[in-house]
Amino acid sequence: MHMIDSITALGARAINLVRGMGQAGIMLWGALVQVPRVKKGTPLLIKQIYVVGVQSMIIVVVSGLFIGMVLALQGYTILVDFGTEQSLGPLVALSLLRELGPVVTALLFAGRAGSALTAELGLMKSTEQLSSLEMMAVDPLRQVIAPRFWAGLISMPLLSLMFVAVGVYGGYLVGVSWKGIDDGAFWSILQAAVEWRQDIVNCLIKSVVFAWVVTWISLYRGYHSTPNPEGISRATTQTVVQSSLAVLALDFLLTALMFG
Amino acid sequence: MQLSWDEREWNHSSRATLQKSDANFKIPVQDFQTDSDMSQEQTALVEVNNLRFSRGSRVIYDDISLKIPKGKVTAIMGPSGIGKTTLLKLIGGQLTPDKGEVLFDGQNIHKLSRNALFEARKRMSMLFQSGALFTDMNVFDNVAFALREHSELPEAIIRRIVLMKLQAVGLRGAAQLMPSELSGGMQRRAALARAIALEPEMVLYDEPFTGQDPISMGVLVKLIKDLSDALSLTSVVVSHDVSEVLSIADYVYVIAEQRIIAHGTPQQLRQSDNPQLRQFIDGEPDGPVPFHFPADAYKEELLGAHD
Amino acid sequence: MTKKIELLVGLFLLAGLLAFLALVYKVANVDVSTSSDTYTLRAEFTNIGGLKVRSPVKVGGVVVGRVSAISLDPEKLEPVVTMTMDKQYDKFPETSSVSVLTSGLLGEQYLGLTPGFMDDGISILKDGDRIDDTHSAMVLEDLIGQFLYSSKDK
Repeated sequence: MHMIDSITALGARAINLVRGMGQAGIMLWGALVQVPRVKKGTPLLIKQIYVVGVQSMIIVVVSGLFIGMVLALQGYTILVDFGTEQSLGPLVALSLLRELGPVVTALLFAGRAGSALTAELGLMKSTEQLSSLEMMAVDPLRQVIAPRFWAGLISMPLLSLMFVAVGVYGGYLVGVSWKGIDDGAFWSILQAAVEWRQDIVNCLIKSVVFAWVVTWISLYRGYHSTPNPEGISRATTQTVVQSSLAVLALDFLLTALMFG
Repeated sequence: MQLSWDEREWNHSSRATLQKSDANFKIPVQDFQTDSDMSQEQTALVEVNNLRFSRGSRVIYDDISLKIPKGKVTAIMGPSGIGKTTLLKLIGGQLTPDKGEVLFDGQNIHKLSRNALFEARKRMSMLFQSGALFTDMNVFDNVAFALREHSELPEAIIRRIVLMKLQAVGLRGAAQLMPSELSGGMQRRAALARAIALEPEMVLYDEPFTGQDPISMGVLVKLIKDLSDALSLTSVVVSHDVSEVLSIADYVYVIAEQRIIAHGTPQQLRQSDNPQLRQFIDGEPDGPVPFHFPADAYKEELLGAHD
Repeated sequence: MTKKIELLVGLFLLAGLLAFLALVYKVANVDVSTSSDTYTLRAEFTNIGGLKVRSPVKVGGVVVGRVSAISLDPEKLEPVVTMTMDKQYDKFPETSSVSVLTSGLLGEQYLGLTPGFMDDGISILKDGDRIDDTHSAMVLEDLIGQFLYSSKDK
């Protein structure tokens, strides 16, 4: 009997998972497959880029600076033992471009913007603002979901680029200004190692994929949250947990495809 | 533009006077509490036929039918938790029934394509219990929202319409405030201004009086009544506030236990001797609707052995 | 309020673009002219050691191209290395030779290109040509083996 119960529970979980993915797919389809409205859509998009992108900028830039500095400091103490401290540039730049830039930005984005999106949507749902749009013959998917999704998709790659740029600068500060690596050598070795297609384009691809996934999860969790305080707080937690796990798993997959 | 607007306004006021002049029309006296159709002279704007709706395994409505006449205030009353809001959402097409149909002006709401449904919804609007004002816009933009979405009117005219609607609910001075800066009653009035911005034919009111202080309640009662008369709106009021509802409704349906247990004019309801209805109208704690949630016998449970 | 938001969003997009340009020019040092300004060469080796795709091709220490593909000839069962060369260095005679070399004692392996002599009957290497004169990678085990044999002979 216990056995059957466990199997039933497993089945229920699987069904729920499939249903959730179906709902999320339908939501995104409804939001994105629309004739674009330039005049009415643009102000909504700008406002959401402000909420999602501009307001995440400070945390991303500050984190990028510190992570670049820490990376350089740790790298330096190891490299100096082999007399190869001039390779600090590629170490910092490549770690940031290939992994830390897109991944850490996505994690910060999930915590800062993703959870806010979920909470906002949950609140709009519980105060019947979404129903109210429906009754005013305005599609909430187009009015509410679509601009937020596009804003996430545009903002996160830009944030990743800022993260990496500031991180490399942080590495430069520690390596050159503090530890005294030769300025010219730092840049020339770095430039020889970093490549446009392999490193920068892949960084952008990763970051667009993460943006898609994190924004999608955040919007889905909010849009389908149980409309009460408990439901919203649970949805917000789920957004952060599921986005982070999805980003880390996808990062492994993408890294294997790109560099494996 | 200017001219046509003035004309439109004049139409309104003239319609309002017309409406007031025949306000003392006779409500056709009819056999109350029979299942026979209402022999109404007015045409029904909304017809609900044999509707059945359930949430999971819980049946909310079992085979209910009702008619909402054009240009009248129809009230739907009943105890809390019987899904009166659900009924409004069924009428608005936000929920789909298991069985039966909802006709809005002859069209089956749940068989319409999405575009046709949206067209139908432009002719109705709903005042939500919470007001449901958009929290990221000020009151003015809230009221202007539907106009900006659906009408191609220039901004100058939209501004005038919005100010007139706000004036009608007494909130012109609050146009630039955010919804969070308003009291509950004012939020609901602002939402009312938004609901009538597009001049709909029908307004659905979801519990408009719940949680209001006596003054706000009085204001809302007066507003609903006046707006219905002035714009010759079809109003559907869902509520459990007996005295307020009876004071403004032209016709009342009382729902309990998944069915319509009574309907008639307010007068007829007050004089009814149906015990279930009496308990609801007089607000008695115990009666056909029991005070106690169904349970085992009290004595047995107190004295019984623990298992 | 809206004006301020628009301004900030504008600045945000600008900052993103700036970061992008900084990465492209300062970090990757991209020559914008890429694909069209290259030509490919091939060479067969008996052993390429630790050579990888993207390893540099150098002439006297100057990078003139990169390894773009490594495959095994299905009949001769020998590795074939394809190199993408920079168009500005396109005057190598067909008598040139390539060898798999190691930078330093523990460093990465790369291809060293040694330009050959020029003469009347000798043409210049063109796109898709093959370099015949190749020297395979030094394999440490083989070296030690040779050393042992030669010392035994004495």
